[in-house]
Amino acid sequence: MRMSAETVRLAVPALSLAVLLGAVFWLQPRAMSYTGLNLLFNLAVPIALATIAQMIIMAVNDLDLSMGTFVSLVACVTGTYLHDTPWLGALILLGLIGCYALVGVVIYLRNLPSIVVTLGLSFVWAGLSVLLLPSPGGAPPDWVTWVMKSKPPVAPMAIVASVVIAVVAHLIIMRSSFGVLIRGVGGNQRSVERAGWSVVGARAGAYALAACFAVAAGVALVGLTTSADANIALRYTLLSIAGVILGGGEFIGGRVSAIGAVIGALTLTLAGSFLSFLHISPDWQIGAQGMILIVVLGLRLALNRLEGAR
Amino acid sequence: MNMFRKPWIWSWAAALAVWLATIAVTAGASTAGLSQAALTFAAFSVVVGLGQMLVITLGPGNIDLSVPATMTLAGTLALKYMDTQNGLIAQGLAISVLCGGVIGVLNYALIKALRIPPIIATLSMSFIVQSAAIWWNRGLRIKPPPVLADFAIGSVLGVPNVALIAFVLSVGVWVLLHRTVYGRWIAAIGQSLAAARMAGIPVDGVRLFTYMGCAVLAALCGFLLSCFSGGAALNMGAEYLLMSIAVVVIGGTAVAGGDSNVPGIWGASLFMFLVVSMLNTYGFDAGVRLLMTGFIIIAVILVASGRKAAR
Repeated sequence: MRMSAETVRLAVPALSLAVLLGAVFWLQPRAMSYTGLNLLFNLAVPIALATIAQMIIMAVNDLDLSMGTFVSLVACVTGTYLHDTPWLGALILLGLIGCYALVGVVIYLRNLPSIVVTLGLSFVWAGLSVLLLPSPGGAPPDWVTWVMKSKPPVAPMAIVASVVIAVVAHLIIMRSSFGVLIRGVGGNQRSVERAGWSVVGARAGAYALAACFAVAAGVALVGLTTSADANIALRYTLLSIAGVILGGGEFIGGRVSAIGAVIGALTLTLAGSFLSFLHISPDWQIGAQGMILIVVLGLRLALNRLEGAR
Repeated sequence: MNMFRKPWIWSWAAALAVWLATIAVTAGASTAGLSQAALTFAAFSVVVGLGQMLVITLGPGNIDLSVPATMTLAGTLALKYMDTQNGLIAQGLAISVLCGGVIGVLNYALIKALRIPPIIATLSMSFIVQSAAIWWNRGLRIKPPPVLADFAIGSVLGVPNVALIAFVLSVGVWVLLHRTVYGRWIAAIGQSLAAARMAGIPVDGVRLFTYMGCAVLAALCGFLLSCFSGGAALNMGAEYLLMSIAVVVIGGTAVAGGDSNVPGIWGASLFMFLVVSMLNTYGFDAGVRLLMTGFIIIAVILVASGRKAAR
């Protein structure tokens, strides 16, 4: 049986995650339990959401360097307004999503480099976060804590949430006509335009959708950490980009995979745990994450070569 | 006027406006001090910015994210080797340059061998380099040799030494870009990789050399910065990641590659420092300062793009 291109694209990330998970279980059998799995993947949920957000931006050939500061800002809003006066908090979050849609439109209409605009935005988000929450604090709304700390039967919350995120994102991006439009803009903007679609609308929609996932990431993060901080998610910018690439996505051409992106985020999270089980000196933790990134991408190249040779 | 067609004029105009706005508030009392501080801190941004500019000129997707980690590792290695002895300065400098060169080679090896996008390749490399720096540093803060420390904070005729070094490096890069075949080659590669390859340009050699150049300049900046600030700190490169990209783009270098601009980097670096010090002078707190910096970056890029659209 010949695998479809999409399946091949998913094979390497899925395989890497399985191997890494197997290695963790082998090193620490006690991780193979409900609580163990939850602990391993807990922090993966917000990272997976941020990765999906980044993936949607990358699907229209842009790159969002403000992802980490934006998620931090959402976390600050969640920890303060959404907790104290929910309607105002919800309004602010909606406003932020509106801002993103506007940014998408401005980037397209003025033909600006997205890297630079989002670089500038990252300062704006960071400034707003610091103004909102000068020192760490705040508390998540009760319902957020309830969702994030709930214990569904069969599989722990972290796994259930990851699967739900992957399926929802997959349906939106790969199966809906809006998703096809977004990927079409990334693939060939001109032909989408000539086919009578509104590129402005598609770009605004893509940015707004990405912002929705990023907002979900910020809310989920506060639910897990129980307090917010202006710097809470700064590393998400680079993690989300790496997650998309690990999951088989590409920078240009609208070639992305939602399921792959979630798997990529899980792999990156698991890499950290794996290294601490290996008793690698904490000094080398970040470095080993880099090594894992390189190894997985090397595997992908090898598999693509095999595919090409057939 | 022909003058206003130069892409670098805008960053210089912006820097001048902010400079005037700042000294207007202090009634000219801090003019000399402000200008010296601006030259000093802009110098560090210029040195990393020059390297990043060369890489960005190579075309879409080419960005070196390993700049901060390289700065940290080079500073750490050199200071540890020199161990505050004046006699070992030349060797320390050589070590940091070598360190940059090796990182550049490894960066390009990853890009070429694994065919991964430069952003991800240099990101992975920066993780490894950062770890190496943490492991080597062991949380100790070793002081630079006294002669070197004095040199880094000193000045000649009121011009800070680090600014002089940055100026010499800028002239070097300018000559390289505009007066040598290498400059033609990277512009050609940035405009069209395929066409450059067809034209017989040694594409791989040029790209390798460019990534090495960027890493060496980052290493030099790390060396200077650690001498200037009295020791290598593990987070000392952090702010230079976004800074190096920002000064290149605000300075008028095309983000899509193929068109670089050395004078613009100076204007943009001075501008970036002056904005922060202006907001400080006005007494804004950290949040407002970040907010305004962001708005100003976006405003500059909007104005600069309007200029391109009008042509």
